[in-house]
Amino acid sequence: MAEIVQEEKRQKGAKKRPKRGVARVDMTPMVDLMALLLTFFMLTTAFSKPKVMVITMPEKNDKPHDQPKIAAARTLNILLADSDRVYFYMGVADPNKPPLPTLIKTNFSKDGIRRVLLEKNKDLFTKIAEYREARLKGKIVVADSTADSYIKKLKSDDNVGPIVLIKADDKAKYKDIVAIVDEMAITNIASYAIVDLSATEKDLLKSAPR
Amino acid sequence: MPKIKSTARSPHVDMTPMVDLFTLLLTFFLLTATFIPIEPAQITIPSSVSEKTTPEHNLITIFIAPNKNIFFNFDDGKDTAYHYRANLLKAMGIQYKITFTPQELKKFTKLETFGMPMKDVKRWLDTEHPKDAEKMQTGIPMDSLDNQLAWWVRMARTVNPYAEVAIKADGDVVFPVIKKVLDLVQNNGVNRFNFITTYQKEEVGLKDLPK
Repeated sequence: MAEIVQEEKRQKGAKKRPKRGVARVDMTPMVDLMALLLTFFMLTTAFSKPKVMVITMPEKNDKPHDQPKIAAARTLNILLADSDRVYFYMGVADPNKPPLPTLIKTNFSKDGIRRVLLEKNKDLFTKIAEYREARLKGKIVVADSTADSYIKKLKSDDNVGPIVLIKADDKAKYKDIVAIVDEMAITNIASYAIVDLSATEKDLLKSAPR
Repeated sequence: MPKIKSTARSPHVDMTPMVDLFTLLLTFFLLTATFIPIEPAQITIPSSVSEKTTPEHNLITIFIAPNKNIFFNFDDGKDTAYHYRANLLKAMGIQYKITFTPQELKKFTKLETFGMPMKDVKRWLDTEHPKDAEKMQTGIPMDSLDNQLAWWVRMARTVNPYAEVAIKADGDVVFPVIKKVLDLVQNNGVNRFNFITTYQKEEVGLKDLPK
């Protein structure tokens, strides 16, 4: 390691130092500390920028009857309640069109809502995952922006995957909403929206299994 | 220079250039490090897989603390010559019939996140001690009679039409509070939101597909 070599200077009239040879200061701890501080600053300046999750809410429309009709068979409704409870059902909950659907309880683990989403969105997920893996392995070489727009096109062309409607009751927490929208991104869902809970659904939630 | 003995000993490599480089790199990173601005409330944000970084400029940030207090931040854009913050305060002053002195406008430009009712803003700007100023951060009201947050957002959008909206909320806040903020922002013509989250990687590939 680096060493400071102190040369002895014998001066006339100066304090007589005993002949000890050169004094060696071992610089190892200083260099260790510098390496540590350097790594610390390199990493903290890189990670100090927080990340964002972009969400586009549907336009606020005062006329609900103008909303485009979506196929009830493709609609997957996810209901969020307090204490991290998640329920889902397919179709619509219209009291004029019995029978009312039963809410199926699930959770945020990878065997919970993620499994349901992956099952329903198998085709689109496979297409996008295969594309991504081919890019990773180097079989397809494109710029990031090209890949992003290709994946976007795959999503907009999809008409088989589920249309997810996310609804939260008054006691659901913000982190649950973020977790569900995150699952949308993880499972490559093509279209989803955060909408209000209907009165029928509120009643269904009240009688749902805990 | 140390004498190199001819007997079998490990060679002494002179490490001086390495230490020089370390010093240089360290000085560089020390000087380019930015301090995280002090925020009025302790917020624990949820995590997501999103890797997109927060935009640095042209951003309206709405903070929602666990106690449902709302705070606001607005940056000056790419060039401080735009005076976005000063113009925002002036516009809010006109709306609420308060005049702000040039010194107060200047101080406002230098500050960051804030959150108090309009009647307390002048007092907050005139407070000398930062500790006293901290205590005055009680949150921006958004009740239906006088939705001050809606006015802040509307004026911010008028001053800087390119500003995006970011929401930094604590994970345990109940969703209706967030929905109220989202609704009032949507009433000002913004439908795209940036939820500030921490990065947590989730590897899901073809192998995770259920059979």
